[in-house]
Amino acid sequence: MTSLLNAERPPVFCPGCTHERITKELDKALEKKGMAPDKTVIVSDIGCSGLFDTFFNVHALHGLHGRALTYAQGLKLADPTLNVIVTMGDGGLGIGGAHVLAACRKNLDITLIVLNNFNFGMTGGQYSSTTPTDATVGSEFLNHAEVPIDICAVAESAGATYISRCSGHDTALADIMVAAMDHKGFSLVETLGMCTGRYTKKNQLTPKALDAMIEAMPRKNGLVAKNQRAEYGEAYRELALGQTHFPMPVTIEKQFDPTAPKREEIVILGSAGMRIVTAGDMVCYAGMAAGMNVSMKNDYNITVLRGQSVSEILISPEKIGYAGIEAPTVVVAISDEGVQRRKAMFATLSPDTFVLKEKSVSIPETPAMVVEIDFKALKVKRHDWALASLGVLAKEGRGLTPDLLAYAVGARFNKKVAAIAMETLGKISGS
Amino acid sequence: MALSFMEGNEAVARGAMAAGCTFFAGYPITPATTVFANMLKMLPPKGGICVQGEDEIASMGYCIGASMAGRKVLTATSGPGLSLYSEQISFAVGSEIPLVIVDVQRLGPSTGSATRGADSDIQFMRWGNTGGVPVIVLVPKDALDCYLLTIKAFNYAEEFRCPVFIASNKEIGMTKESVDLDAVDLPELVERKKYQGDNYVPFEAAPDAAPDFLPIGGETLVRQTSSTHGTDGYITIDPRVIEANQERLQNKILAAEERITLYEENHRPGAKTLVISYGVTSRAVDDACDLLGEKGVPVSSLTLKSLWPVPETLLVKAAENYDRIVVIEMNLGQYLGEIQRVLCGKNIKFYGQMNGILIKPGKIMEVIEND
Ligand code: SF4
Ligand SMILES: [Mg+2]
Repeated sequence: MTSLLNAERPPVFCPGCTHERITKELDKALEKKGMAPDKTVIVSDIGCSGLFDTFFNVHALHGLHGRALTYAQGLKLADPTLNVIVTMGDGGLGIGGAHVLAACRKNLDITLIVLNNFNFGMTGGQYSSTTPTDATVGSEFLNHAEVPIDICAVAESAGATYISRCSGHDTALADIMVAAMDHKGFSLVETLGMCTGRYTKKNQLTPKALDAMIEAMPRKNGLVAKNQRAEYGEAYRELALGQTHFPMPVTIEKQFDPTAPKREEIVILGSAGMRIVTAGDMVCYAGMAAGMNVSMKNDYNITVLRGQSVSEILISPEKIGYAGIEAPTVVVAISDEGVQRRKAMFATLSPDTFVLKEKSVSIPETPAMVVEIDFKALKVKRHDWALASLGVLAKEGRGLTPDLLAYAVGARFNKKVAAIAMETLGKISGS
Repeated sequence: MALSFMEGNEAVARGAMAAGCTFFAGYPITPATTVFANMLKMLPPKGGICVQGEDEIASMGYCIGASMAGRKVLTATSGPGLSLYSEQISFAVGSEIPLVIVDVQRLGPSTGSATRGADSDIQFMRWGNTGGVPVIVLVPKDALDCYLLTIKAFNYAEEFRCPVFIASNKEIGMTKESVDLDAVDLPELVERKKYQGDNYVPFEAAPDAAPDFLPIGGETLVRQTSSTHGTDGYITIDPRVIEANQERLQNKILAAEERITLYEENHRPGAKTLVISYGVTSRAVDDACDLLGEKGVPVSSLTLKSLWPVPETLLVKAAENYDRIVVIEMNLGQYLGEIQRVLCGKNIKFYGQMNGILIKPGKIMEVIEND
C-alpha cells in the first residue's frame, strides 16, 4: 500500500500544530490497515480539524459544526461496507455533544478522532468545552468560571465500547488509530495537542506537558469491558429482518346499495378509554361499504389516557371538501367531558338532528330530538358504550344499518373480538 | 370500486414507498409522528432503513449521509422541528443533496399548538436556508394528494438534486379519509442521473441543471462539502466560480418553474372572481364556489399544489380574465405577497385565518360576496 495523502493538497497548518502530525499518523494508520480509498470516507467537522478531508485521496464529506457524526452515521447505515472516519475538534465536541452521546449509545462501526487542542483555533482562540479553568485564552475571563469536560469519561458513561486517550505526539499514534479502527463498533480516540497559532502563545504546553496531563487523567486505552455489545448496524439489521409483514392499506369494497344515500355528519362525544376512535373507524367502514366517501377527524388530549375523546365523521355520496362538521345529523353523547368540548354545538342543532344520550350524561339545551339510553341498566360496560351506541344508531337507521354495522365489526376486528362485539350489540338489538 | 381509508400521513408514507424511498430518519413530533410510525412499519419488510435521530438536527444529518450514499431519503417534522432542520437544509440546498422533507404544519409560532393546524411555515420553508437559494415546495389538499405529491417530490428531488418540501397540515396529516389509490395516474419514477464518464468533477453541470451524481462509497472518489466550493468540491474564493455556482443553484429551479408547477383549476363560465388558495383551505374554497354556483353566482377557483418556485406563468394566465382575485390562506397572508407581486394591478382581496380551526365554506362565501 501507498500513502493516501493528496500530494496536490499538502497540510496547511501553522508551524508546530499537532494537527499536522495527526494528519501524517492517520495516513500511516490507513496505510497499515490497507484501507481501500474507495471504501473509505473521512467526515470532517468545522475548524482546523475540518480541513482533514482535503488532505486525503478518499471519499470526503465536510459538513456543519458539530454534526459530523450525524452524516457519518447516515453513511454507515446506508452503506455498511464503508470505513467511516470522523475528525472533530474540541469545538465540535461541545456544540455536537448530543451527537457524541448518541454515537456512543448506538455503537455504529465508526472511528471518531477528537483533536483536542483546548481552544477554538480557527476563530481566534476562544474557550471551548475542554479549556482548562486557569488557562489564558481569547475569551477574557469566561473560562475561569467553568470546568473542562473529560470526553473519555463522558463517552464511557454514554456506553462507548472503545475509548483511547493519547498525545497527538505519541510515537505509537498510528497504531493506536489502527487498533481503534480494528474495533467493531464505535471507537473514540481523544488526541491532546498543541495549537501553536493560538493556545500555546499564552499557555505553556509541550509534548512533555501533554504526556503529564494524560498521566494525570484516568487511563483510557481501548475496549471498555462493561460496555461491550453488538455493533448497531448488525443489531439493527438482525432486528429489522424480523419485520416481515408489510402493512397494506385498509381497503373496503362497496358491499351494499343504500336505498337513499345521503350526507351524514356524525359527532361522537366521549372520553379517553371509551374506544371512540375505534367506533369512528367502524362508522367510516360502514359508510365505505355503502359505497360512500368518508372522512374522520379526532380530537383527544395529548395525555391520551385522560380527558375528552371526540370523533367527527362525514359520510357523503359526493366527494368530501371541507372536512369539518357544520350541521350534525347525529350526535352521540356518552361522556360529560366530550359534551363539554362541544357544548356550544347543542344550541345550534336542527330539530332533525338525532341526539343519543346516555342516562348519566348531561347535555345543554338543544332543539334536537334527544333519545336517552341507560347502558348501565343494559349491563353494557363503559368502554363498550361507543360500540353499543352504534348499535342504537343502526337500530334506528341513523347513519348506518344493522347490516353495515355487522360488516364494519367484521372488517375492523379479528374473529374473536368481532364475536365479543356482536355479543355486546346483541344486548342493544334485543332490548 | 374499493376505497382505502387512511390519514394524510399514511398516504405520504405510501407515496414514499411507491417512489422507491429506502431510508427514513426522523424525530417524533405531533402532528408528523405517524409519517415516521408508518415508515417504521413499511421500510424494514422491504429491506429499507428507518431510524430515530437523537434530535431533528441529527435526523437530517442521517438523511444527508444516506442520500450521499445514493439512497432516496425521507424525513418528516412540524414547525419546531423544521426550525432545527434549518442548518442542515442550508447544507442540502447549497450542496445539492436530494431529500424529501414533509412538514406537517401546525399552529405556530414556536411550540405553538401541537394539535392545531395552520399553514404556518409557507415562507419559512422557502427562506429557512442561509444564502436564499430557491427550493421546491409542494402542497397537498387531501390524503390522495399526499400520496401523489410525495412521489412527485421524490422525482423533483432526484432530478434537481435539492430538498423538496411537502407542505402538509395537521388537518390533512391526521384526518382519515377514503381515497381511491387506483384512480391516481402515477408518474414515471425519476432516478438520480449517474455520471457516466471517466473524469468525475462532482459539481460540474450545465448552467441551469444539477450535476450528475456518484455515491460516496462507489469506485470513483466523491467530495461533498458545506463550504463554498468549486466544481471539484474544494473550497474556492474565485468570484467567477462562486457566482457561476450561485446562479446555477438559482437557475436550475427557476428555469424549470413551469415544469414544476402543479395545480387544479375550475373556471366557471361568467365568473368575475377567481379564488386562489392552497392546501386544506382549497377544499372549503371548492365547497364555497359550488354553493355560490348553486345560488347563481359563478366563481372560479385555482388550487395551487406547488408554491415554490412561485408558479408565475400559471398565475398570470389563470387570472387573465378576472376582474377580481380573492386569496384565502390558513395564516395571516404568507403567500399573498407573492400573488400581489405577480398579479400587480389586479384587484386582490384577502382573507386569512390563524386560530387553530379550519376556515369554513360559509366564511369564504361571505368574503367572496362582500366587496
Ligand atoms: S490555529 Fe491552531 S489548530 Fe489551527 S492550524 Fe494553527 S495551530 Fe493548528
Ligand atoms: Mg480546537
